[in-house]
Amino acid sequence: MFDIQTQLFEGRDIRFGPIDYEKDPQIESKWTHDSDFMRLYGIDPARPMSPAMVKKKYEKLEKEIEESKNIFYFTIRAREDDRLIGKAVVSRIEWSNGNGWIELGIGSADDRRKGYGTQALQLLLRFAFVELNLYRVTARVQEYNEAAIALLKKFGFTEEVRRRQALERDSRRWDLLVFGLLKDEWAKQAQA
Amino acid sequence: MRDIYKGNLVRLSAINAEEAGKAFARWHRDSEFKRLIDSGVLQMPSAKFAQTWLEKELEEASVNQHWFSIRKLDDDRLLGDIDLYVYNWSARDAFVGLGIGEREFWGKGYGTDVMRVILRYAFTEVNLHRVTLTVFEYNPRAIRSYEKAGFRHEGRMRGALNKEGRRWDVLVMGILREEWME
Amino acid sequence: MRDLFRGDLVRLTAEDPETRAKIEVHWQRDSEYRRFLDAEAVMVVSEKWLKDWFEKRDEEGFGPHRYVFSVRTLAEDKLIGFFALWVDLVHSEAWVGIGIGEREFWGKGCGTDAMRLCLRYAFTELNVQRVSLGLMDYNPRALRSYEKAGFRLEGRTRGDVQRAGRHHDSLWMGILRAEWLGLDAAAVE
Repeated sequence: MFDIQTQLFEGRDIRFGPIDYEKDPQIESKWTHDSDFMRLYGIDPARPMSPAMVKKKYEKLEKEIEESKNIFYFTIRAREDDRLIGKAVVSRIEWSNGNGWIELGIGSADDRRKGYGTQALQLLLRFAFVELNLYRVTARVQEYNEAAIALLKKFGFTEEVRRRQALERDSRRWDLLVFGLLKDEWAKQAQA
Repeated sequence: MRDIYKGNLVRLSAINAEEAGKAFARWHRDSEFKRLIDSGVLQMPSAKFAQTWLEKELEEASVNQHWFSIRKLDDDRLLGDIDLYVYNWSARDAFVGLGIGEREFWGKGYGTDVMRVILRYAFTEVNLHRVTLTVFEYNPRAIRSYEKAGFRHEGRMRGALNKEGRRWDVLVMGILREEWME
Repeated sequence: MRDLFRGDLVRLTAEDPETRAKIEVHWQRDSEYRRFLDAEAVMVVSEKWLKDWFEKRDEEGFGPHRYVFSVRTLAEDKLIGFFALWVDLVHSEAWVGIGIGEREFWGKGCGTDAMRLCLRYAFTELNVQRVSLGLMDYNPRALRSYEKAGFRLEGRTRGDVQRAGRHHDSLWMGILRAEWLGLDAAAVE
């Protein structure tokens, strides 16, 4: 018997939830108007999105989730008022190989450095390893994203690949790093 | 990092098709504005037509197209739009098109400011090598503004326009990444 | 100017969907070949499905994101393989997928020759700053060939491929424009 009462979607200050089509587009639109967030979160050119565009993106995403069966997408919400704080994703899952890619973003600068990212990653890894039963997870991070690198290292991720000068921003080239965490490594960490 | 969407007077924002459609319909009733940004024959789109057209264009927007609304920094008012279109990736060259629809903000540095922001975006975010534009001979205010933003004159298409019973040239201007970095 | 589409052993061609489907339907029945190609569980598809797939790709056309070539030997004019380039336009990087489907041409330098043409095309025609690829640790012949073409090993993701009950690593390789230019200059001398 396992501990079925463990709530997979509940953290101390945050919880995982679904997309809220009423409230979230307005908030995520605001994030995309913050170029720092866009450049830390992804590698596509930072560009603002209107609430209508965000809504369309959600619709496309939910369709893709249904069709591909290899994406798990959560919104990160504050426990106190269910306000949208960020997103946490496992995607590009290869079921036969037992691997998947993770992504994590805290949208507003005011919500960073408060431990939300740590709590969200805790939930996301537990979900990936004990619910999806993956053998490993992989994360990609830009060389300049020090906060993300520190967070991954805190959780025991190993830097496995350094894709030299794979990214161009501010007229110079940067390395893209690939980090990996195996289920065994996570289990040891989670117990300790 | 600094906010790459933001200039001294204006910022780039996402296009909200409903709001922009209404504004387009209003701006395009101004024949002077229309003649400054478009070489074709004057047409007057309805707000609904403009909105539908914008929605379609935005949906198809790819990594080739970077199209923004221009907003005033102090009161967030919508002033116009600017579009960076990458037409050749192996050469990393893009066309830029700019329109300030609200005429009370002409000649006050808003266009120059937004052009500086889009050049920074083009060279540091989309990683282009050059940016090209065309401007009509009868638009000296825009020509001065582009010169101020760093564009150089590269040639003219003689007599490419026919307005008010005479021929006018279309000027070609360009700026390279090295020039911009200085 | 140099012929971009002709190497020492092979040349690059565009083939009709019918031609490709007819030949490649046999390649994919070779599970060893398929397991070298990518990490997915191997599958077979019909010739018709392949032809439709190639037709759809043809309709989308070449570039600027995607470029596909067939590889033919110079000696026999035999269709033996293919490669494709996927381009990240903004960051100026191309990813290569390459396969020599006709197994009697394995280990004879045809793949390395095709890769050299591929790199020349990527660096001088697409003008990218970097070319990348991935392979599995159970394919040492490919690793040697890519190293010969100038790629460097940039890391390995541990155990992300499972084959026959064992975990294998993916290997990640890359070559920078400056490195390739150095190789090319050395080849000219």
